[in-house]
Amino acid sequence: MSNEATLHSQESLHHGHDDHGHGHDGHDHHHEETFISKYVFSMDHKMIAKQFLITGIIWAIIGAFFSVLFRLQLGFPDATFPWLESILGHWAEGGRITPEAYYALVTMHGTILVFFVLTAGLSGTFSNLLIPLQVGARDMASPFMNMLSYWFFFTASLVMMSSLFVQTGPASGGWTSYPPLSALGDASIGSKIGMDLWLISMALFVVSSLLGSLNYISTILNMRTKGMSMTKMPLTIWSFLFTAVLGVLSFPVLLSGFVLLLFDRHGGTSFYLSELFVQGKVLPNEGGSAILYQHLFWFLGHPEVYIIILPAMGMVSEILAVNSRKPIFGYLAMVGSMFAITVLAFLVWAHHMFVTGLNPFLGAFFVLLTLLIAVPSAIKVFNWITTIWRGNIRFTPASLFSIGFVSTFISGGLTGIWLGNSAIDIHLHDTYFVIAHFHIVMGVSAFFGMFAGVYHWFPKMYGRYMNQTLGFIHFWITLVGAYLIFWPMHYQGMAGMPRRYFDYSNWASFNQFEGLNAFISFVVIIVFATQLLFVFNFFYSIFKGRKLTTTNPWAATTLEWTTPINPGHGNWPGEIPEVHRWAYDYSKDGKDFIPQTVPVSPDESGH
Amino acid sequence: MSGYLAVIVVVLIFVVIFQIAKASEYVSILKGEKKAREQSNRINGFLMIVFLVLGLIGVWYCHDLMDDSMLGEPASDHGVGVDGLIKVTFIITMIVFVLTQIALFVFAWKYQEKDGRKAFFYPHNNKLEVIWTVIPAIVLTVLVAFGIRHWLRMTSDAPKESMIVEVTGKQFNWIVRYPGKDGQLGRRNFKLTNDSNNPVGQDWADSLNHDDVIAPDLHVVVGKPVKLIIGSRDVVHDVGLPHFRLKMDAVPGIPTTLWFTPTITTAEYRKRTGNPDFVYELACDQMCGNGHYSMKANIIVETQEEYDKWLATQVTQYSQAHPAPEAAPAAPAVPADSTKAVAALTK
Repeated sequence: MSNEATLHSQESLHHGHDDHGHGHDGHDHHHEETFISKYVFSMDHKMIAKQFLITGIIWAIIGAFFSVLFRLQLGFPDATFPWLESILGHWAEGGRITPEAYYALVTMHGTILVFFVLTAGLSGTFSNLLIPLQVGARDMASPFMNMLSYWFFFTASLVMMSSLFVQTGPASGGWTSYPPLSALGDASIGSKIGMDLWLISMALFVVSSLLGSLNYISTILNMRTKGMSMTKMPLTIWSFLFTAVLGVLSFPVLLSGFVLLLFDRHGGTSFYLSELFVQGKVLPNEGGSAILYQHLFWFLGHPEVYIIILPAMGMVSEILAVNSRKPIFGYLAMVGSMFAITVLAFLVWAHHMFVTGLNPFLGAFFVLLTLLIAVPSAIKVFNWITTIWRGNIRFTPASLFSIGFVSTFISGGLTGIWLGNSAIDIHLHDTYFVIAHFHIVMGVSAFFGMFAGVYHWFPKMYGRYMNQTLGFIHFWITLVGAYLIFWPMHYQGMAGMPRRYFDYSNWASFNQFEGLNAFISFVVIIVFATQLLFVFNFFYSIFKGRKLTTTNPWAATTLEWTTPINPGHGNWPGEIPEVHRWAYDYSKDGKDFIPQTVPVSPDESGH
Repeated sequence: MSGYLAVIVVVLIFVVIFQIAKASEYVSILKGEKKAREQSNRINGFLMIVFLVLGLIGVWYCHDLMDDSMLGEPASDHGVGVDGLIKVTFIITMIVFVLTQIALFVFAWKYQEKDGRKAFFYPHNNKLEVIWTVIPAIVLTVLVAFGIRHWLRMTSDAPKESMIVEVTGKQFNWIVRYPGKDGQLGRRNFKLTNDSNNPVGQDWADSLNHDDVIAPDLHVVVGKPVKLIIGSRDVVHDVGLPHFRLKMDAVPGIPTTLWFTPTITTAEYRKRTGNPDFVYELACDQMCGNGHYSMKANIIVETQEEYDKWLATQVTQYSQAHPAPEAAPAAPAVPADSTKAVAALTK
């Protein structure tokens, strides 16, 4: 038997299975779809999810590659890499990145990863894929708006991408783009046309995010199938709901901040500008406040980190329960803690601004509220650990990444207790400690959540499995690598080493880390290569992966696994199933799992 | 050439890994899904424990290794408080870190899928959940209380006897202004700024300005509280004082302040660290443009005597700007209406 034949030997057995629903009404045969309407301007939430995911993957490769480039500079400041000049031209004259290019790379790395990958790529993918499938709806409340949401994101991507190729380079004032640096072309080359493109792209991105979020909220609130009360929803759906609420309430504030910045750049206004002397010229602006922008920015910026992490939390909760063959521990506490995080997310933004001259008394309140957020986070961590306690854990790539998520979320969350305390932040602010903290807690953790989601729901998306062995290799190298990269950075931060420095060699206080910097950069390259392995696995498995032979490969209770292996537009060929129980009846009354669609029998024990 | 070779090697490694992965997939199908899962469960479960043990050793090793690279003792009284708070927080978070990571990875290893094992249906336990809500809440309250106490002490009003120094950031260096003998800084008007003789826009109509001194470095007196008045000429900068464990943004148009008492002179610190070249550095900690990484000033902590001697050798900015009396400030870049502004201010 050839290998290919081995791979697909069991297919024929299950063909009959697939055809079950078709007899009833042949829903998916009614309208012939063209290539354009099926793959490009699709209104099917599943296709839109794939579009978000693949666009996100492309951005992730670009954003991560940028980090490799600037890590080369940080790790090997004296070395030259002639190939850099071939790809970056005069931005890397002689094979060494210029400071201008370094700051542009850092800025774009942050912007791309935070917004384009971990917001659009994560929430955009899984909210779209899972909300209709798990609440039991044929599609989103407004499929058309959903399609628009993707195409606004796509347009935002095009604009951002084009900014990489303008002569003066892309935005380079950091992903936060604080004015006056970002407002004045004379203050930085990246604040010329690149900054305008950045702002336009981000404005389009906000529109995309709002269209998506409104859709998610209305779908969850209005389109749940019969029997699916709010408390019967899987935690994934709760997390997407809270994420969408955060986005709807905070992204408009960011947009307003950007609009004012555009006015300051081109309209001669002084919202953020005051008493400036730039390039030998006194500017006429008076009375503005550079701090105002920071308030507007962080009013989104902080909820943004929860927009990134909440979907990961939801998916990890689901995947841990499925693979431990146990109900998630403390379902209501999980929902409650997510609610608490959502509310508190709006009340902590100024902890990014402790050292801006913020009123210290006000700062004290933000310390209190910030550390308060550690309580719901702690509850979640303890509940995850209790979920795997006395389970019967199957190690799939998805469950491994979920366990990795809990590990990194603990590590990164605990350092949040350091930084949230203003009296410590006054020393650690804007040092490598901050880099270590947020990369572990929202970068690595959110990526782990995303990987877990991709491995777990890949069979639902493409009707095939991803290669498990590659998944295991991917997980272990990434977990170890992530800790090797970011753990030592805490110490660099405690030594006061400032972030966003192009070169430390002239600093007596910070030049003792040469060897460590080189080590970190070396690990970065290995981890980056490993991610390419994942990308390869992803695309290869779309076409060549082992085919699914059952509709419910993980023996899960939720509704998405009651659809056919390759569901058409409308998801269920027949009636939408009715829901009778919560999503976590695993190992109950001696049964491995009881799907949500099974009615509660009178002799069943409660929970 | 070596570049191409490296790429080829990487691609070959990829191909090998891929072939292994593919082969193991075939094997797992032939063996049956259940058998294959048993094997991968064993391997991954074992790796969980390996990762935990090596990880904890690594954490210890890293701490040990980094010990020499850390900042020395804090050079200000506020810094002592910051370090104390860091220590308490370090101990508490480290305990939680070790316990939770052990629980996570040991459970993952111990409860890996095995034949005959039944998962325990355990949906919730209110008592347990209350316990682990209340305990973190109490611990955090303690940290908040300590933190806010330090914070309010550090950000309280500077003592009356403090010396005043003004630090102004610009792309990409610092301008430090000392009040001179009168102990008071003169008025500023940003419209009078020019790089040739008035870098911070001193208003010469204010006689307090006449004895003010400008220097590139920050001189402070040991044991004497110093209040920094921090500002910026162009973009947001940040006065980072790692050895003093302090930091404050320099925002154009909105002056900020920061006070502390330096406790160790530069000379003394050199002696204690055994490093004759030791120097306190002032680092810009807020992204301010392409030269951000080079925006440095030295801080010299000295005795009152040394400070007075140094100050006496300095030439005031006023005399630099007024080599001949009555010479109008030569400022080609200053807009025409600046004279009006000066007039308005002097009224």
